[in-house]
Amino acid sequence: MRAHPAEFELVAPQSLPKVLSLLAKEPGSWCPIAGGTDLMVQYSAGNLRARKLVSIWNLPELRRIDVFEDGVRIGAGCTFTDLRNHKTIGSEFRLLSLAAQWTGGIANQNRGTIGGNIVNASPAADSLPALLVYEAELILISARGERRVPYSGFHVSYRKTQLAPDELILAIYLKRQYSEYYAHARKVGARNAQAISKVCLAALGKQKKGVVEEIRLAMGSVAPVPLRLVATEQAITGETMNEGLMQVARRTAAAEVQPIDDIRSTARYRAAVAGNLVVEFLEQLGASETSS
Amino acid sequence: MSRNSEESTKCRVSFVVNDSPVTLRVHSMERLLDVLRHELGLTGTKEGCGEGECGSCSVLMDGQLVNSCLVPVLQAEGSTIVTIEGLAADGRLSVLQKAFLACGGAQCGICTPGMLLAAHHLLRKKPHPSLSEIREGLSGNLCRCTGYMQIFEAVTQAASGESST
Amino acid sequence: MVSFLVNQRGGNTGTREERTSLEMGNAHIVGTSVPRLEGREKVTGEARYVDDMVLPGMLYGATVRSRIPRGKILKITLDPELHWNEFVIVSSKDIPGKNCIALLEDDQPCLADGAVNHPEEPVLLLAHPDRHMLPKAVAAVSIEYEPQPGVFTMEESESKAEIIWGTDNTFKSYLIEKGEVDGIWEQAHFIVEGEYSTGAQEQLYIENNGMIATFDPQQGLTVWGSLQCPFYVHKALMKLSNLPAERVRVVQMETGGAFGGKEDYPSMIAGHAALLAMKSGKPVKIVYDRMEDMVATTKRHPSRTRHRTAVGKDGRILGGEIDFTIDGGAYKTLSPVVLSRGAIHAGGPYFWPTIRIRAKAVATNAPPQGAFRGFGAPQSLFALERHMDRIARVVGLSPVEIRRRNFLKPGQATTTGQIVREEIDLEKLLDRGLELSDYYAKKEEFHDGNTNSNCKRGMGIATVLHGAGFTGSGERYLASVVAVEACADGSVRVLVSSTEFGQGTKTVLCQIVAEALGVRYEDVGIAQADTHEVPNSGPTVASRTVMVVGKLVKSAALGIKQTLIASGRLGDSYSPEEFRAACCAYVARHGALQSVARYEQPEDIVWDEEKYRGSAYAAFAWAVYIAEVAVDPTTYNVSVEDFVALQEVGKVLHPVLATGQIVGGVAQAIGFALYERVVWEKGRMQNGQMTNYIMPTSADLPSIRVYFEELGNEHGAYGAKGIGELPMDGPAPAIVNAVEDALGVSFDSIPLLPEEIYDVMHEKLKRDELRSAPGAK
Repeated sequence: MRAHPAEFELVAPQSLPKVLSLLAKEPGSWCPIAGGTDLMVQYSAGNLRARKLVSIWNLPELRRIDVFEDGVRIGAGCTFTDLRNHKTIGSEFRLLSLAAQWTGGIANQNRGTIGGNIVNASPAADSLPALLVYEAELILISARGERRVPYSGFHVSYRKTQLAPDELILAIYLKRQYSEYYAHARKVGARNAQAISKVCLAALGKQKKGVVEEIRLAMGSVAPVPLRLVATEQAITGETMNEGLMQVARRTAAAEVQPIDDIRSTARYRAAVAGNLVVEFLEQLGASETSS
Repeated sequence: MSRNSEESTKCRVSFVVNDSPVTLRVHSMERLLDVLRHELGLTGTKEGCGEGECGSCSVLMDGQLVNSCLVPVLQAEGSTIVTIEGLAADGRLSVLQKAFLACGGAQCGICTPGMLLAAHHLLRKKPHPSLSEIREGLSGNLCRCTGYMQIFEAVTQAASGESST
Repeated sequence: MVSFLVNQRGGNTGTREERTSLEMGNAHIVGTSVPRLEGREKVTGEARYVDDMVLPGMLYGATVRSRIPRGKILKITLDPELHWNEFVIVSSKDIPGKNCIALLEDDQPCLADGAVNHPEEPVLLLAHPDRHMLPKAVAAVSIEYEPQPGVFTMEESESKAEIIWGTDNTFKSYLIEKGEVDGIWEQAHFIVEGEYSTGAQEQLYIENNGMIATFDPQQGLTVWGSLQCPFYVHKALMKLSNLPAERVRVVQMETGGAFGGKEDYPSMIAGHAALLAMKSGKPVKIVYDRMEDMVATTKRHPSRTRHRTAVGKDGRILGGEIDFTIDGGAYKTLSPVVLSRGAIHAGGPYFWPTIRIRAKAVATNAPPQGAFRGFGAPQSLFALERHMDRIARVVGLSPVEIRRRNFLKPGQATTTGQIVREEIDLEKLLDRGLELSDYYAKKEEFHDGNTNSNCKRGMGIATVLHGAGFTGSGERYLASVVAVEACADGSVRVLVSSTEFGQGTKTVLCQIVAEALGVRYEDVGIAQADTHEVPNSGPTVASRTVMVVGKLVKSAALGIKQTLIASGRLGDSYSPEEFRAACCAYVARHGALQSVARYEQPEDIVWDEEKYRGSAYAAFAWAVYIAEVAVDPTTYNVSVEDFVALQEVGKVLHPVLATGQIVGGVAQAIGFALYERVVWEKGRMQNGQMTNYIMPTSADLPSIRVYFEELGNEHGAYGAKGIGELPMDGPAPAIVNAVEDALGVSFDSIPLLPEEIYDVMHEKLKRDELRSAPGAK
């Protein structure tokens, strides 16, 4: 343990308005901490720059899931276990449910939150590609009020987001329009559990008589931010699923991603696997029941 | 940092550990793991990695398995904590602890407290887990000695309600 | 106190005692899975590891370490911002005795004095009452260096372009020769060559290294800690502190895993805690966090093996040359012994009519490597078992057949000229393994399936041996001593320096005594491994504890029985209660009764240390490992789907413990093969966190199926052979052999990661495309 606890201050006002008021009073001075599964690792290693933290763990406004007719509103303070346990997320937003299962072991799922995953903004975070393909909307909140932003633009660059210094993510809004899609996700890591992903894919698709009607592809760990593979989607949409399309899909995806060499893997491996993952998805889409 | 300013940055935290209420004056960012071990002398919970990877520090917090090395003690305010010391009621070993002994689930023993809590947590949620559910339930607890097989056997045995011979 | 010595010799004594035990009508204790002696404490959290202990007035210690791989220390500056008067500061100048960690040679400093030779080399020690103050204090020490060129690979070291150790960068070399190998090449129908390499592997015991030291001017130095070998630490501390033997005391606490990683390193951390305790007059605790433990302490030696083999038309090996090199890091430490074992095992369980094995351990500017389960044998056996499959392919035989034709048979000599005296039938063992793993059916199924399916499956075999105990005259040199004591309450207590760290030392030694005496397992206890209390029964390494120490303990126990019978208090046949009563009465009358047994080399174990020939080990255990793998075509991940571990181990003394040893060892070997990579950058490990150093989780391992055979062993307690290290030797090559079976591509280096498989498959694909392109030749 390489940090001196006496040099840090954590407060827990136990109400959202109080937290927001604190953030507004001293923007940038207080670092919000939810489940701590990222921040406490940095802290323990002696790498946490923030000295003042404000707890947003278990705030009722943040830790709730509301199901409406048209959409689901997931509080940013929901843990991965909360997501796994929720019936509608399991049935209509399976990609998010799967990602929750893959995020660390049970103990980390009990504390890690979806909001924390987003704000920590690691490109390797497991749940972010799912949010991209579900075209999530973020509801941000501060003392100044609420605003809604499309998730697709939230990650500005590596570990940098649109979140203002006095803001928190209040909730993630997902439209209930994906039941008809074929959903597929896969995480590639160094081992089957407790692994930071080398590449991960979240995908939705619709096919009719062997032709791709619609396709959404998002990947983690292949760029500075979670990446929607727009060019690959364009190359595939409206095309017949044959061997030729598989080759095109593989090549386009491998070229569209921007992976790096790092301590976990190589750029060329990631690019190749990215291509393979897309092909694997297309093959499964092709074999699935024709939708609509 | 002088002693006086150190004391003044401490705060009062209260929670229940193994059915006993405690109130402490500690720094808000002390790790729950360190508070359990150093302030309360409950050394059964271990530190293996400090990164939430090995699970040796697992405890139950409000019935949920958590890595205590990643919990700032202030966030434990008002919660109910169960550590390994709380598993044996009145000094009698639980069915799970007996099964670990019978099956060879503990070798060097350092991962065992966390592993038992993870297994206990699993059995509470899934009283008759399949092998793959056991694997998943324990995937956050690393064991370097056993290769896991005898731990799975122990959990399966405990789930079926058999006690050791 | 009555104490006497029982002379231990090899021979038939084991059998006679077993018969006696049966005659007495006691249920057997040896051979059953009695409860783990210290099991209850482990499942209740009561077991006390070093970090659980706190002493009044205790300080916490930390180590300031080198940030460069090699250089002269010019200046050390302490940042004036900190209140250094609150700290205890120790440098090499504070060392009362010799500045070294005594082991085989005294070349490793306890604290760097003027120069450093590896990253993370200890330079300064700090202690403070508040453990939280230490990380900042360590960071506040600046060391100015004059860097010198560093050597980071075996090849660089061998080139001798830069000499970093001794005169030629070589810690040790061995030459093992059998027959006339130079003339064999002309007779060969095939000459098969191959080069194989293994990477460093971190032991990754879940409990980090830790020590507590106290110093009292009268009593001397006491250390408590996580360790395997109390008397190794004792010897090192004597030299460091300049204190005599009786004023240095080493006590082992419950130890959370070791695997060899706590064989020699504890002497270093104990030395550090001791120096701080001596300077401050206060108890000092040093416990590493995970990153420090990973980057600063020992790992398995990386290796490179070159094979050149002359093979006859029928696939029989005629002879060969093996070049085995290991990377020892910056100081000698245990490298010569690792090298020795690796070299002796390099020929495996096969008959080599002639062979030349050249082995050397070289220096690089990395933290010294050390012991890790297997101790050189997993490295050389990886190469050999991969090479056997290569030979098979060249000759046109199956991996099964090539082994059958070359297995050692009773009466034949090993590479060091040791005659195989037991009736081991390796072909039969292999057959059993093949049946248990459903090898042929699966191989056929996969061969057909692989053409149609993207997921490629394969089967791989490895057949190995592992010598138990210290090599050659090692056990004689150790001259282990054990004692068994009759206690006032009628129970019996074992006194050994052999330590428990999960493998079941306490349980099995007590079982042996209970069996030998015909008393209940509950009537036998064992003393804490405390150098003030127990004799030196040697280190807890080399798979020697059950076999060698167990046999001595049995003799010592029988000595107690003989005394009681001779005193008239016990008949030739008795019940456990009668034994207890006799014990009580004897001790009440005469005082404590201790029976001592000392190791004597059996006459048939003859070893020539100069020529490196003769009987290397008192006993070999033999094994067949068969792996089934699947290679995912999308991710290139290899998963082990099924694993059969079949081994002949003399006698299984405790089925649950023995199985646990095999499963645990196979799991570590699967990690060695597929997951565990140390990322090096100029001698420093870059991935020193559990997040980035990957060991298998419960979700990664297959069912590991364990089977035993028992041929007995006259040199081991109740016929047991050592088994702790054996399961580390075979799984890695079996797995890589299976990957080759699945993909048709050879991989000769481990860890074998998906990235490597992708690179090789990608190159192969490109080559195949070129070859089949129109117009291609």
